[in-house]
Amino acid sequence: MSSQVLLIEDEPNIIEAITFILSRDGWQVRSHSGGHDAMDVVRARQPELIILDVMLPGRSGFDLLADIRSDAGLAHIPVLMLTARGQRKDREMAEKAGASMFMTKPFSNADMLEAVRALAGRA
Amino acid sequence: MATFSILVMVCVAYVVLLFSVAFAADRAARRGRGAWLRSPLVYTLSLSIYCTAWTFYGAVGFAARSGLEYVTIYLGPTLVMIGWWWTLRKMVRVGRSQRITSVADMISSRYGKSNTLAVCVTVLAVIGATPYIALQLQSVTLSFAAFSPSGPSLQARSEQSIAIYVALGLTLFTILFGTRNLDANERHHGVVIAIALEAVVKLFALLAVGVFVVWGLEGGIAQTLARIDASPIAEFTVAPSRWTALTLLSAAAFLCLPRMFQVMVVENEDESHLRTAAWAFPLYLMLISLFVVPIAAVGLNLMPAGTNPDLFVLKLPLLAGQDGLAILSFLGGFSSATSMVIVAAIALSTMVSNHIVMPIWLRATGGAAMMSGDVRQVALLARRLSIGAVVFLGYLYFRMSGGGTALAAIGLIAFAGVAQFLPALMGGLVWRGATRTGALAGLGVGFAFWLYCLLLPSFGAGVIVPVRVMEAGLFGQSWLRPYAMFWTGGMDPLVHAVMWSMLLNCAAFCAVSVFTFPRPVERLQGAQFVNVFDHSQRPGSWTGGLGQSEDLLIMSQRILGAAEAQEVFARAARRQGLSGYLPEPSPEFLDYLERRLSGSVGAATAHAMVSQIVGRATVSVEDLLAVADETAQIMEYSNRLEAKSTEQARTARQLRVVNEKLTQLSVQKDGFLSQVSHELRTPMTSIRAFSEILLSGSLTPDELQEYAAIIHAESLRLTRLLDDLLDLSVLESGQVVLNVQTATLAQVMDRAISSAVGSAPGQLDIRRDAAAEAITLQTDVDRLAQVFINLIANARKYCDADHPVLEIRIERDKAWLTVDFVDNGRGIPIEDEALIFEKFSRLGETRAPGAGLGLAICREIMHRLGGSVAYLPGQRGAAFRVRLPLAPLEPGGGNDLVTNGGLRSVR
Repeated sequence: MSSQVLLIEDEPNIIEAITFILSRDGWQVRSHSGGHDAMDVVRARQPELIILDVMLPGRSGFDLLADIRSDAGLAHIPVLMLTARGQRKDREMAEKAGASMFMTKPFSNADMLEAVRALAGRA
Repeated sequence: MATFSILVMVCVAYVVLLFSVAFAADRAARRGRGAWLRSPLVYTLSLSIYCTAWTFYGAVGFAARSGLEYVTIYLGPTLVMIGWWWTLRKMVRVGRSQRITSVADMISSRYGKSNTLAVCVTVLAVIGATPYIALQLQSVTLSFAAFSPSGPSLQARSEQSIAIYVALGLTLFTILFGTRNLDANERHHGVVIAIALEAVVKLFALLAVGVFVVWGLEGGIAQTLARIDASPIAEFTVAPSRWTALTLLSAAAFLCLPRMFQVMVVENEDESHLRTAAWAFPLYLMLISLFVVPIAAVGLNLMPAGTNPDLFVLKLPLLAGQDGLAILSFLGGFSSATSMVIVAAIALSTMVSNHIVMPIWLRATGGAAMMSGDVRQVALLARRLSIGAVVFLGYLYFRMSGGGTALAAIGLIAFAGVAQFLPALMGGLVWRGATRTGALAGLGVGFAFWLYCLLLPSFGAGVIVPVRVMEAGLFGQSWLRPYAMFWTGGMDPLVHAVMWSMLLNCAAFCAVSVFTFPRPVERLQGAQFVNVFDHSQRPGSWTGGLGQSEDLLIMSQRILGAAEAQEVFARAARRQGLSGYLPEPSPEFLDYLERRLSGSVGAATAHAMVSQIVGRATVSVEDLLAVADETAQIMEYSNRLEAKSTEQARTARQLRVVNEKLTQLSVQKDGFLSQVSHELRTPMTSIRAFSEILLSGSLTPDELQEYAAIIHAESLRLTRLLDDLLDLSVLESGQVVLNVQTATLAQVMDRAISSAVGSAPGQLDIRRDAAAEAITLQTDVDRLAQVFINLIANARKYCDADHPVLEIRIERDKAWLTVDFVDNGRGIPIEDEALIFEKFSRLGETRAPGAGLGLAICREIMHRLGGSVAYLPGQRGAAFRVRLPLAPLEPGGGNDLVTNGGLRSVR
């Protein structure tokens, strides 16, 4: 139960890829692709780890992250941020917003696994 | 012979009378009564302080020694008064409008409120006035001595005590009536009325003595004339040069003497009084000089040889046993002396306290005391102490010089000293080019020559100036001899000194003014002074608005007193339409306040005090323009400034526009690159992830099939994106080559629909108007089809109705074909309508629907085809309108690129 990962991402193929990689490693992956209602999902699921895309339909990943960090019940959850815009500015913004880790697309599957394990404290 | 004690009693009684008259006048003025106090007659009489004891006693002595020369002393002022329209009127108007407190204040104010200049003028005025005050004390002492039982030479001790009593009495009177109000610009009614009374007394006394001499001693006019012809006076001839020099000198002194400035300008009640004084004062001078020659001639005849001719006015009645007349004559002389000392002390003390003591005190306390201490008391104290100091200086000089004949010559020397103010004073009133540096240079040069050629040698060769220097010149240079500068020997020393000092003073003043540039404040003040008749009020030179009204009020209370300051502020607030005590510190108010304060502490100090609170006074271009309409010089100056600033403003504006454009472009470019990066990385993420999954092996055949298909689809997406980017870049750069073909609209539409819907027909119900489509077009058919494909594909992708319907409506008029694509979905939110044609049409970090380059490419294509594509609002669903000109398209491009044939196969 506590090995649940919540993936917030809007590209179906990327959702499928990450889900496959993590499932194979024994993680339970739930995905969500909308920005507006993502917070409700986070509250409902109380995941162990969140993988969050920066660019979502309806709401920015940075805004979501800020909400998560300001919610006492959620602030402790590690957040891995994904972005497809490999600019330094994005990395800075992510750090400022309180991201636990930051990855640029495209990533290698091994890196993804390693990052998730590290954030969940299972390295 | 009248006893000494009677004389003293009469004298004391007269002084008491003066005090009570002054007191009564002050009280009447305070209660708003006594309009007669402000009459032109009183003004004219107050001008008579020009006639001091030196003129009262000395004129006769002058006549007895050098004949008609004494007339010049009256001639100069007469000329000035008759010509009042040209100079005096202006001086008085400026003095009143600028609330000038003294001649130093006037000069300082004109040259940009320079305190340096004020200090110079003050110091020089004190140097010039001290011997003069000593002269008055001497005359009173001598006249007492004339009555003394022990003969002409009074005992030294009593002589000194008389001088010191007189000095103390005068100081007391001056402090009492001269410093009642701090505002030096307010009228000292008590002082003025006492002076006027003294003026009447001295005129009456001299006339009485004259009448007695002509009809009592000589027995008639004819006998008197005969006596004059017989006397040595008839034999004196006056050198024309000396005559001219003395006339000019007395005219200059009349304008420049601090005490004359005090009664003429500062105490002036009404400019129109000048009109009366213009004839009445010369008349007064004529009357007072009427009997000078007869008295001198008779005195020379009757008096024993060696008698001081200065005392003929006293001695003749005494000789004839007319004690009463002698006492009257004594009172005349006493009046002349005291009135001069009183006014001189007021004028000089104002200068000393405003320009020397107050600035030093303000600086010493760092302006802090302005808020905490009581400036009012300090200023009054400074003025009172200055009065004491000025009179005491005179007494000291009298004691040091030991009286005697050395003093008699000092009158003209003092005149020559203050005359040095004339170029700066008059030049400042008529010449706008005059500058502060010029004024300083002129004053400096003039006074240096006055000191070296006149004042210092006057103490006698060897006293201050060594005999060697007198004979051989300074440093042995013969052209530097004090009485023969530049080898102009053989001249009268006075004429020589006046000529050189005034000449070089003027020359330095003009030359330096021409070669120096006035500061903005000087420019403004210069215009104010020179064109005082055109500007009734000064243009605002303060930039206020900083909300220091309260500080200003605190400061003003210290200077004007609490009640008056609050009244001033409350009145200003009411005028601004505000309630309470604090007006907005508008430039007008600050200006008014500064003038108000300058009446108390002088322009330079008031300016410094206000600017300490409000910050710097600035002179704007508008201020300059406001006064610029007078002279071409300023006009040109400000025009240049204005042109320059307009040009600068224009350049700055252009730069700003360009800069904004560049910034915008840069932001757009960053945004675009960032979007491209995102669009490329997204499919690559899937491709990489699934490639690695495939490589890792151990997959079912279904998984293998599925993941390979994803990789394939994402590769196609990537390719399409790159094609679009290239296409857009070609379209945007204008390098596109159009391939003009002929086809019907129906043919183009068929191709577009089959290409867009292709594999999934039936999902979207497309309604067409076959009849309207039968229209032949001559355009780049492939490009047009590309636009249609895009619009139909969008409808297919985004129309969210249960049964999606796309209606294609066609209309045409003479010149245009209009094709509308309207679906039955929710349409596009109104705030996104403007964005959908932008590249990747996304806002910030969030995605808008219809992301991509499709519509951006459509817009570029339609633009190239001479038409347009736009979102059509108000159709319930999403609706796009394509407009195309019916006229055949010119084969476009105009370069050598080979026509590439339009649509790419991958679409």
